[in-house]
Amino acid sequence: MHEWALAEAVISTVSQIAESEGLKEVTEVFIRVGELQQIELDILEFALSQLKPLKLKNAKFHTSTVNAELRCRVCGHEWIFSKDKIDEETAEAIHFIPEVAHVYVKCPKCGSPDFEIVKGRGIWLESIKGVR
Amino acid sequence: MTDPRIGIIDERLKEVNKIIAVSSGKGGVGKSLIASTLALTLARRHYKVGLFDLDFTSPSTHIILGVEDLKPREEKGIIPPQVHGLKYMSIVYYSGEYASPLRGAEVSNALIELLAITRWNNLDFLIIDMPPGISDATLDVIRLLKRIDFLIVTTPSRLAFETVRKLIDLLSELRVSIIGVIENMKVKKSGFVQQQVESRGLTFWGEIPFDAELEEAIGDVNKLSATHFGKKLREIEKLKV
Repeated sequence: MHEWALAEAVISTVSQIAESEGLKEVTEVFIRVGELQQIELDILEFALSQLKPLKLKNAKFHTSTVNAELRCRVCGHEWIFSKDKIDEETAEAIHFIPEVAHVYVKCPKCGSPDFEIVKGRGIWLESIKGVR
Repeated sequence: MTDPRIGIIDERLKEVNKIIAVSSGKGGVGKSLIASTLALTLARRHYKVGLFDLDFTSPSTHIILGVEDLKPREEKGIIPPQVHGLKYMSIVYYSGEYASPLRGAEVSNALIELLAITRWNNLDFLIIDMPPGISDATLDVIRLLKRIDFLIVTTPSRLAFETVRKLIDLLSELRVSIIGVIENMKVKKSGFVQQQVESRGLTFWGEIPFDAELEEAIGDVNKLSATHFGKKLREIEKLKV
């Protein structure tokens, strides 16, 4: 239920932004979720709905997933991370700390663990809409 | 685009009374042994203590504590397992026995992730075993943990102290609290480190003589506690809730 901790982080950050921007009410929240972290969207969305404070009472949460693009720093090869190619225990480790991918995932071309996560790592708050 | 994890870190640590970063300018000065033994000492005094190994690329406190086959519990985040009376968190729960080749930005991301999802709950002390030097992890800890105190470890070597001096200068410039300096692995009488520390208005906690038996105690916390190293650390420790 790691998703609950991340949902709390989203709610806390949205509330802080709403406060600093002087929003009376938040109406929409756009969230991007990277595939590397394998966040269960159903659980995340449920957690968000349960954790909403008053100011976010009517807020709609829009979540979209982003492919995890990896680029080898040694040979420049680019590829898309697929959880189907790793075992359950490894997938779970990467779920908790996506950087652990550097322990288990290697460049399919040259075998190096020195790759860059170009996009699709974890959770990002894209934008929020609200009423001043 | 905003990283939502940063906004929850204060909340995750709000029930932690004191956060102590055990740090040094260079590796090999006994930082991890001091962090682990200090945490065990405080736990044996019935304080509620957490130990967080932040040396992601070279974690070692799990070996010092003899931790095997443990995993954090999932409960709306992760709950660190209890190890010898400590709440203990390390990347090794996820990286296992394998090398974790992380660059600076990746260390930062892993650090933010663990700070955002780990539920320490109520603690008197959270002891952090820092990676050596003044790069990403140190700068992130300073940036993200507002109530942190640094405990600095050096050896009598001028080479070690030169790197520690730079760490002290950086922390002083950033107005980060330094609660003391320990001179570890002392082999012969010299007042150099103490004089340098005190001339900067800092507290010299004391010196710990080089202990040839210490290696034998690694992995056994009772033996560790009974070493001259363990006894001396208990004598010089100055932490208060």
